[in-house]
Amino acid sequence: MADNITNDSTRRLVSKKQTLDDAYAAPANFLEIDVVNPITHGVGNKRYTDYEVRMRTNLPVFKVKESSVRRRYSDFEWLRNELERDSKIVVPPLPGKALKRQLPFRGDDGIYEEEFIEDRRKGLEVFINKIAGHPLAQNEKCLHMFIQEPVIDKNYVPGKIRNT
Amino acid sequence: MSFFGFGQSADIDIQLDGAETRKMAEMKTEDGKKERYYLYYDGESVSGKVNISLKKSGSRLEHQGVKIEFVGQIELYYDRGNHHEFTSLVKELARPGELSHNASFEFEFNQVEKPYESYAGTNVRLRYFLRVTIVRRLSDITREMDLLVHTLSSYPEMNNSIKMEVGIEDCLHIEFEYNKSKYHLKDVIVGKIYFLLVRIKIKHMEIAIIKRETTGSGPNTFNENETIAKYEIMDGAPVRGESIPIRVFLAGYDLTPTMRDINKKFSVRYYLNLVLVDEEERRYFKQQEITLWRKGERLRRPLQQQLMAQQIQQVPASQSKFPQSHPQGQPPELVSEIEEQQHPIAPQIPPNATAAPEPPSPQQSQSPMHEEAPEPLPSATVTSNTTYHATATTTPQPPPQLEPPDEDIDTPKLPSPPTEPPNSIDSPEEEFLEAQAGSPSEEEEEEEEERESAVKTSTQEPVPVAQ
Repeated sequence: MADNITNDSTRRLVSKKQTLDDAYAAPANFLEIDVVNPITHGVGNKRYTDYEVRMRTNLPVFKVKESSVRRRYSDFEWLRNELERDSKIVVPPLPGKALKRQLPFRGDDGIYEEEFIEDRRKGLEVFINKIAGHPLAQNEKCLHMFIQEPVIDKNYVPGKIRNT
Repeated sequence: MSFFGFGQSADIDIQLDGAETRKMAEMKTEDGKKERYYLYYDGESVSGKVNISLKKSGSRLEHQGVKIEFVGQIELYYDRGNHHEFTSLVKELARPGELSHNASFEFEFNQVEKPYESYAGTNVRLRYFLRVTIVRRLSDITREMDLLVHTLSSYPEMNNSIKMEVGIEDCLHIEFEYNKSKYHLKDVIVGKIYFLLVRIKIKHMEIAIIKRETTGSGPNTFNENETIAKYEIMDGAPVRGESIPIRVFLAGYDLTPTMRDINKKFSVRYYLNLVLVDEEERRYFKQQEITLWRKGERLRRPLQQQLMAQQIQQVPASQSKFPQSHPQGQPPELVSEIEEQQHPIAPQIPPNATAAPEPPSPQQSQSPMHEEAPEPLPSATVTSNTTYHATATTTPQPPPQLEPPDEDIDTPKLPSPPTEPPNSIDSPEEEFLEAQAGSPSEEEEEEEEERESAVKTSTQEPVPVAQ
């Protein structure tokens, strides 16, 4: 037999009406991180490429609401290692280290090829976005230093931003 | 094979009394096929006739006795040799002798106790059956006939809504509410999710019904999780103050009543799993147990009269078994379905937030998620059909008209579905945090495998707000 249910028995529960302020306010989850402007510094054998890591946010966990720092690939590796050791998150993979490209006798410019740098830039952007939005990673000092400090102090004391 | 009553010399056939009018119900067999069996309730007598026909007319069948047994047993699939019989009755049909022609024997098991519901699960089966045995020197001839038993409950007196504020420190706070904690199998779950703080980028939200079958104990405990239903209830990013309604119709799903520690051998429990997924495919979930119970259905007259004619005995309901029903002649004639429709099952009115026990503020909680125990609602004496526009402190509404006719002394009240023991559900670590990649309740999803940012839940630390 069909089990007819009355309107009342499936009626929505009462909820607090949302205020217009809440409805139209800026979202509380605003966080944008871009990895842009790759620049290769130096000449010949002593070159290295770094990228601008630009963040805009309104999350209270970040002390600075806008930041722009320059980071190189090894800085990203440092961040990954710190998080793997100290945090409980599963750290996303970095784009490849491209060791083959660093070998001599290549026909192209190795790791300074434009196309390669662009691919790496994209991978780094995906990487940092995955991490920065992670509630647990947001608690790690290393992440904040990576995003907001001009220079990474590798002798810092690892730890959490907030402790109970 | 003599198991199926097809011995070389004789066939056994069991006929049940009142079979024409008796309800049947479906249950999965071991091979997964669905079959129909006759449906019996606790306290009903099981009676009928056993017909033995000799294969070769004119032959004689010597035997050491013919008997019929009524057996209720639990079979654990990993322990095949051992069947745990919790009920076993036997009646002798014929003393040792000789059958020279086809014979019929009547039998009656009077007002048999059937304390548990029949269940066919992943690792365990509970079944009832009649078994006729013609005992012989070398090999017995037997025939089994499975019966299905349903256990019924009546509307619980206390059926508080489930309302909790959970979240992750400084990232996501929600308040979820389900209108009841005990639902019958054709009920509707009405609820809502209210967002208090949203600092993560939510992509969508879904709700699932999870069935967990637990067998064994201690180190040999097996938990089998099965997702009975799952669907998306919200697409997009909510902000603070938004309320998302939930409505889940249970009648469409293959559900059994909640079974707790049946004969100390197994349990079957149901959970609502609320999952939020963010832009990076991270999953945040909150599992909440609900109690399911089986409501009695309207009976057809002839059977009802037959059952009412039988004596009714009272047996105290023990809270340790679920759901214990009285061995009575009559499954409850609850109000007919038509009448039920006229009585709204008023959604539980949530207690005023300030009256609730102090929701632990983020700074003070021991764990990142708070779990606010559903407040015991004040005793329900209100019977008016006030709608939910009443003030929040109104007492909750039991649906009074839906109770079995209390005035009818021939229909003793069934036990209510029991309240689950407190703290029996999730350990703090499981409360509302990201699902691990290998989370058993979501094994079938490919996203789980691809997700990279699973959290090791056991060591998640609480995070007080930075001052």
